[in-house]
Amino acid sequence: MAETADLKKLPLDALWRARTSKFGDFAGYDMPLQFEGLMQEHAWTRERAGLFDVSHMGPCFFALPKGHGLEGEEAHKKIASLIERLVPADIQGLKPGQVRYTTLLNSDGGVLDDLMIARPAEPEAAGDLYIVVNAGCKNEDWKLIEAATKGEANLVRADDRCLLALQGPGAVAVASAVIDPKLARMNFMTVARYPHFGRLTITRSGYTGEDGYEILVRAEHATELADALLAHPDVKPIGLGARDSLRLEAGLCLYGHDLDPTTSPIEADLAWTIQKRRREAGDFPGSARILGELKNGASRKRVGIRPKDRAPARDGVEIFKDGRKIGVVTSGGFSPTLNAPISMGYVEAAFAAPGASLDLMVRGQPRAAEVVALPFVPHRYHRPKSN
Amino acid sequence: MTRYTEDHEWVRMEGDVAIIGISNYAAEQLGDVVYVELPAVGAKFAKGADMAVVESAKTASDVYAPIAGEIVAVNDKLSVNPETVNEGPEAVGWFVKLKPDNVGDVNALMDEGAYAEFVKGL
Repeated sequence: MAETADLKKLPLDALWRARTSKFGDFAGYDMPLQFEGLMQEHAWTRERAGLFDVSHMGPCFFALPKGHGLEGEEAHKKIASLIERLVPADIQGLKPGQVRYTTLLNSDGGVLDDLMIARPAEPEAAGDLYIVVNAGCKNEDWKLIEAATKGEANLVRADDRCLLALQGPGAVAVASAVIDPKLARMNFMTVARYPHFGRLTITRSGYTGEDGYEILVRAEHATELADALLAHPDVKPIGLGARDSLRLEAGLCLYGHDLDPTTSPIEADLAWTIQKRRREAGDFPGSARILGELKNGASRKRVGIRPKDRAPARDGVEIFKDGRKIGVVTSGGFSPTLNAPISMGYVEAAFAAPGASLDLMVRGQPRAAEVVALPFVPHRYHRPKSN
Repeated sequence: MTRYTEDHEWVRMEGDVAIIGISNYAAEQLGDVVYVELPAVGAKFAKGADMAVVESAKTASDVYAPIAGEIVAVNDKLSVNPETVNEGPEAVGWFVKLKPDNVGDVNALMDEGAYAEFVKGL
């Protein structure tokens, strides 16, 4: 583990240190882990609005070189086709202002990272994509993207800026009051720029299962924005501890735990992230394996698991059925909303249906558990009323 | 008199039985306790052996036997209401009662002042 002195500091380090002393290393960054207490922070986010500093993550802009000469749809199709060399989502098919969740794949169809790709809404940004990758993978991801598209596009990292996530049912009212009332009209998984606090790039998205926003702000305006958000009575700062329990309740994958280079998106129950055009074309890394798994089913699958007793089953706990090992827990802990332990893990496909009974080997003792549908706590995203 | 280990267990003698739990500092560091696993009455432990497990929302921690001996009682309240640990780590949130192999062993542990100094250095 890196010494504290070697850890990178967040642009808002001083602001958080004034509110908590509980910091810890995450992906080489010295991150606030907890403020008021994990349970209180978790509940506050589910009921009001939590402010998370996720500036350790990897936002970047991926763009056609200047003077590309293409316009609108053509420029988008060109830049999208470049990133599609590495991801299985239909990026060409994104509408202006639309965001998609996808995976960066290796040649075996294993997941190198999970990420968000956004097509800017503004006509002057045609030929640009806004991409956010994970903190622990960002340098490798960016090298891979650059190597695969050398001379055809430019990648500009934006991780010197501040990325703030405002999450919870109160986020819409807070963002409307503090930033712009237009934010209330954004749909889930869309992106827009706003000429406030310098300039903001905002997606209506997040990783808690709640409605909310992720806001990219330049470091020199970040304190002003964070202070304005925190001044709202419905907003409290939330640490990485509650971020993890919130995403686990929402059944969302944590890279390095629930996803890794051996896992395919189909095993991870992320088939929905591979749209029809890409399945038909089969033109992405590892497509032989992935299309095979789509057709015949994967041999293992990511599932939700509820232990029958109160002992949490965490990452690494082995899963048994009738005395035979059939899988492993990849994320686990305690759900404040359900007041019960919850886990996610991979099991052989025959045992992946909700209702299947399993044993979790916690500290050498088998403990009864049941496969359940994900998410553990229903998502409350802001989607249009009709399609 | 309460004594402490470097692993943040406390021990208090009540007659010839040692009451054992985790310190206020340990409970504060753990945060909200969501699960406690206690040994069976009659189980015997060497000094430093894994005796119990305490889990907060964020992590699981082992609780070690601060001295050698045999379990004579456990705090059943913790199985049903693990948050009792946070309500009074060094009182209502006790973990086990243990009959020491050597009553004198407890004197080798830190007293309150030494433990406070130890925690300050962390």
